[in-house]
Amino acid sequence: MSVAEGLLDPAVAERVLARALAHGGEFAEVFAERRAGLTMAIDESRIESVQSGAEEGAGVRVLSGGTAYFAHVDGLEPVDLERAAGEAAAALRAQRAEPRALRPEAPPPQPVEHPPGEVPAARKAELLRELDERARSAGGEIEQVMASYGEARREVAVANSAGLFSGDDRTRVRLGAQAVARRDERVETGAETLGAARGFELFDDDPAQIAAAAARKALALLDAGPAPTGTMPVVVGGGFGGVLFHEMTGHGLEADHVQKGASVYAGKLGERVAQPLLTAYDDGRLPGEWGSDAIDDEGTPTQKTRLIDEGRLVAFLHDRRSAAAEGAAPTGNGRRESFRRLPLPRMTNTYIAPGESKPEAIIGDVEEGFYAVSFAGGQVDPATGDFVFGVNEGYLIEGGEVTRPCRGATLIGNCLAALAAIDAVGDDFWMKIGICGKGGQKVPVGTGQGHVRIAALTVGGTAS
Amino acid sequence: MSGLARSAASAVERALAAGAGDAEAYAGEADNREVRVHGGKVESLTAATQRGLGLRVWIGGRVGYGFGTDLSAEGLEAIADRAVEAAHVADEDEFAAAPAAAEPPPPVSGLSDPSRGELAAARIAELALSVERTALQADQRVAAVEQAVYFDSGERVAIASSSGPGGEYETSSCYAYVQALAEGGDGRETGLGFGLARGPAGLDPVAIGREGAERATEMIGSSKPASRTCAVVLDPTVAASFVGLLGKALGADTVQRGRSPLAERLGEEVAGEAFVLHDDGLDPRGFATAPIDAEGTPRRRTALIEGGRLRTLLYDSYTARRGGAASTGNAGRSGYRTPPGVSASNLVIGAGDAGLDELLRQAGDGVYVNDVAGLHSGVNPVTGIFSVGASGLAIRGGERAEPLREFTIASDLVSMLRAVRSAGSRPRWVPFGGSVSAPPLLIGEMTVSGS
Repeated sequence: MSVAEGLLDPAVAERVLARALAHGGEFAEVFAERRAGLTMAIDESRIESVQSGAEEGAGVRVLSGGTAYFAHVDGLEPVDLERAAGEAAAALRAQRAEPRALRPEAPPPQPVEHPPGEVPAARKAELLRELDERARSAGGEIEQVMASYGEARREVAVANSAGLFSGDDRTRVRLGAQAVARRDERVETGAETLGAARGFELFDDDPAQIAAAAARKALALLDAGPAPTGTMPVVVGGGFGGVLFHEMTGHGLEADHVQKGASVYAGKLGERVAQPLLTAYDDGRLPGEWGSDAIDDEGTPTQKTRLIDEGRLVAFLHDRRSAAAEGAAPTGNGRRESFRRLPLPRMTNTYIAPGESKPEAIIGDVEEGFYAVSFAGGQVDPATGDFVFGVNEGYLIEGGEVTRPCRGATLIGNCLAALAAIDAVGDDFWMKIGICGKGGQKVPVGTGQGHVRIAALTVGGTAS
Repeated sequence: MSGLARSAASAVERALAAGAGDAEAYAGEADNREVRVHGGKVESLTAATQRGLGLRVWIGGRVGYGFGTDLSAEGLEAIADRAVEAAHVADEDEFAAAPAAAEPPPPVSGLSDPSRGELAAARIAELALSVERTALQADQRVAAVEQAVYFDSGERVAIASSSGPGGEYETSSCYAYVQALAEGGDGRETGLGFGLARGPAGLDPVAIGREGAERATEMIGSSKPASRTCAVVLDPTVAASFVGLLGKALGADTVQRGRSPLAERLGEEVAGEAFVLHDDGLDPRGFATAPIDAEGTPRRRTALIEGGRLRTLLYDSYTARRGGAASTGNAGRSGYRTPPGVSASNLVIGAGDAGLDELLRQAGDGVYVNDVAGLHSGVNPVTGIFSVGASGLAIRGGERAEPLREFTIASDLVSMLRAVRSAGSRPRWVPFGGSVSAPPLLIGEMTVSGS
């Protein structure tokens, strides 16, 4: 039996779709989901917050005349599903429409060698103790260590009135470590994460090194001086540095923003938005990456989409609805937090492709500037393009050399100007995990890049 | 007893049967509706019900938590098994124990507006559409509305425990907001307008639409300010966001674990005299108001900062036991999926006598901060040091002047509180940073970084 059939009997799905279209509509869809997860944490060297849960439910959507009617219920019994369909259709007053017969598809999910549910919970607790010890052994100034473990399995099934019937079985695991270092009155924190759309095999290769990395960051910041303020060249580190591109460009390429005219990239398709050294992708198929799935939450197979081709904007990210609005094909980016939410165009794994510069040269060419190794997070208003990023590990660059660490820096700017100002892309490349929020929905995303330099950006520091 | 209360009681029994020493169940049920409109049309209409149960168990000093959406007998049994299994994985904590029985909660009324459910879908759609229409018509420079949204929710909660505390209550809430887009000069600006109430009758769609339009149009032609240190007036929405962060710093959990800028500052001077802060779990206008907190302890009103001094922290039963204090009724949770933890209920900043114009006069020259961005990434929660993105208006000669954008404001939480010179006279309930009632605040001095 396929994943989809395990959740949703095709005969029931057809009945639910027919019920959803009983008062008209051009399209109906049922999204069923079963999710189970376990999380735990270590704090004060004690395992705590051990939480285990299981939820199931479904959302039914009817599209009619540009309006989405949506209802969701907890539970997957046929009676629950029919009730949701009835509620979704309740506001419609048109002629019954007929759904097409379902054509089952079973795309292969991301492979999982070692399902985390089969690993004893005590082993997971042990892993957290290893992280705790590793961070504490980094130095006497490490005062506190917190670490967390999370695993989740989401089985989803999607059936729609166009005949699609597909499913996915998604397993994700993650570890996070945070260290607090103290020297007299100075207190600094460092954090690191590790996660993937894989099983427990992710932790085969010394996962406790993330705890050492978190401790190292916190210790380095103890020597930090105030961050500089003003406009200067900024070198952004690889991996999670890609969150800068995610925020300042990725969100603006989500087609719902574009179609409402609420993106600075609206009307710029085919135009040059960056220097020719920049090419970028969204790729929901990258094996094992945090933002990867077999299908999106509307059943469209995920794909690799080139967003920027040698500086030229070539694609937007679509869900079914935004694609239909402009006669484009869906790009497999219709994602939702759970069955309780409507899908939206969302990024999966978004990255700047490796360039040709050596990271040392990217830094070496800067006379006076700022090196943002990693970020605590960021925010953008896609309509105006204004963005802001908190830097959690940053250094001064003086005379082409990375000199002292800086604390409390914020990068602030406007997307179009900052994107066009990228004048070097490194040949080093790696991905990091993130959680992206939009419209109140959080989804796992990957970000990546090598070292990237922005010729001029405003650094807002704490130095007066 | 409601069905929800029966589920909670039954879950507690099953947990005890599965080997728990003590157990506490939280059952929640909600029905909600959302309408999103764009360009004069309904973009989506959502109607939903949700229900779930979370179960916290104690076995000696070990705590475990299980949750689920299946409230059948089998489902509750599975949740109980998960919670007990989880407790076996946890380490012992000498302070972990089920909350003790408390006084009966005070009566609180007016938490639910029965008219909420009576309004048909077509009427709430019209409400959202009129918010959008008002924003578009308020000013010809409003080019579009990114979205206008109406949301309402009715929520029922039942708590049962083997150690005594428990209860049931029902609340309702609704809100509407609009994100307006204004064009002018060579730029584009967005402005948020919002309102909240217990039911749709309490919302003023015209005021919400106008606020979005005003906030967007007043930013047209904005430029970067010069970097300097100056007086800053925080808009109520901004004051509320910062106070939301302060609420976390005031939680006894972060203080006891040494992760708060207010650690070991109890009784000390931490704010200017003009800054007064209460946690009020009983104010009927507050959206976190309920007779009991998330572990069944009665809600109450607590003075946190008064006369410039830190009076008390926020406690739940665990941190109270650990700190040798009494619970302040500040166990909160975001739903059945997560166990209770310390959190503020409604944070109420004391209002002053000065109108906004008077605050601006007192500021003389400085910056009025209308909006901040990046609070979740720009603040060090342990030290309180922050640098966040901001936009707003210049203050010149005691009056609002040209719009400003793309700058940061930086300080640390305690220094900022100490620099509060006055609180404005007109507070507003703001849903950012939790549930906060905030007036505008005049901060004597802050670092502004622009060009």
